[in-house]
Amino acid sequence: MTGADLPLWAAWLVVALVLTGAAFSLTGALGLVRLKTFYERVHAPTLGATLGTALILCGSMLLLSLIEGRLVLRDALIGLFLTVTTPVTLLLLARAAAHRDRHEGNPGAPPKP
Amino acid sequence: MSRVLPYPVLSVALALTWLLLNAPPTPGSALLALAVGLAVPHAMRPLRPQSVRVRAPGALARLGVVVLADMVRSNIDVARIILGLRRGERRTGFVSIPLDLREPFGLTVLAVILTATPGTLWVQYDSDTGHLLLHVLDYTDGDEWVRRVKDRYERPLMEIFA
Amino acid sequence: MSAAAVLDWGLGLAQGALVLAMALAAWRCLRGPRAHDRILGLDTLYLNGMLTIVVHGMRTGSGLYFEAALIIGMIGFTATVALAKFLMQGEVIQ
Repeated sequence: MTGADLPLWAAWLVVALVLTGAAFSLTGALGLVRLKTFYERVHAPTLGATLGTALILCGSMLLLSLIEGRLVLRDALIGLFLTVTTPVTLLLLARAAAHRDRHEGNPGAPPKP
Repeated sequence: MSRVLPYPVLSVALALTWLLLNAPPTPGSALLALAVGLAVPHAMRPLRPQSVRVRAPGALARLGVVVLADMVRSNIDVARIILGLRRGERRTGFVSIPLDLREPFGLTVLAVILTATPGTLWVQYDSDTGHLLLHVLDYTDGDEWVRRVKDRYERPLMEIFA
Repeated sequence: MSAAAVLDWGLGLAQGALVLAMALAAWRCLRGPRAHDRILGLDTLYLNGMLTIVVHGMRTGSGLYFEAALIIGMIGFTATVALAKFLMQGEVIQ
């Protein structure tokens, strides 16, 4: 187990960051189940992809920096990568859904831009 | 300059990524980072990526702060909607926004911003008419969303990537 | 409570929440009803799985999990893009 020689406030801070981030991710996944239509549901996972990931990665960087005694910024790469890729995935999914809904003439299909 | 370093920003970004992945930096990994930063942009050359010009660094920093604040606020808003903590009726809908921004990098950054703030979803952009179709989780009548996107994000982006 | 105990319990709780999020995403992935719902569920499943591994790396203090998380993120992105492309071009004639 790590962090035996860590100050208590640091441990609480890391745990608070990670737990808040995990709570946001869980809320996002809950939205995936609870919301009614597809276009509403696409909004839900963004919670985990933005603030949830950011808080967990901040907690991870803080913990590793304190344990190793130097600034560890490696985890920011995951955040950067996710920031660049999430728009692409969601945009493609939304376009695929819009395309299919329009093609099939569903009542919830998006209008032309 | 352009012969050795065709894309200076890409070179710096690649070298920094390499150093971050191989932290803590040693002389060997610094040398490799330099090699990666010098060699890989040449491999990118046949793809002919457009070079980016950032005009207003101050506006970029301000936009970053605005987006960060909006991200936190809209995260909390959407979490409240999902958990059912918000009273009153909620409607969702599509909003069509006429954009004046045509610069590809500006549009890319706008897509990242709108995705990073939950509650707005980029559905489709028509490059012929310049209209953007957005799905919003908290729909309001009138042009409140249009003004919000144009004032808060589009104007600084046009300033930055003009 | 000692710092190690706080970390152990807190991070364990966070892992539990993330695994629950994975279960909810898997439910949406299995339930559908449309194909794009399933892909959205799969994407969320990948994301939460990646975060679970990051938190696991924090609990063990090993740097190896970082690479695993990065690779899962990349594979999740590629898979989702490929599937969304397939939906647009494989099933609906353009």
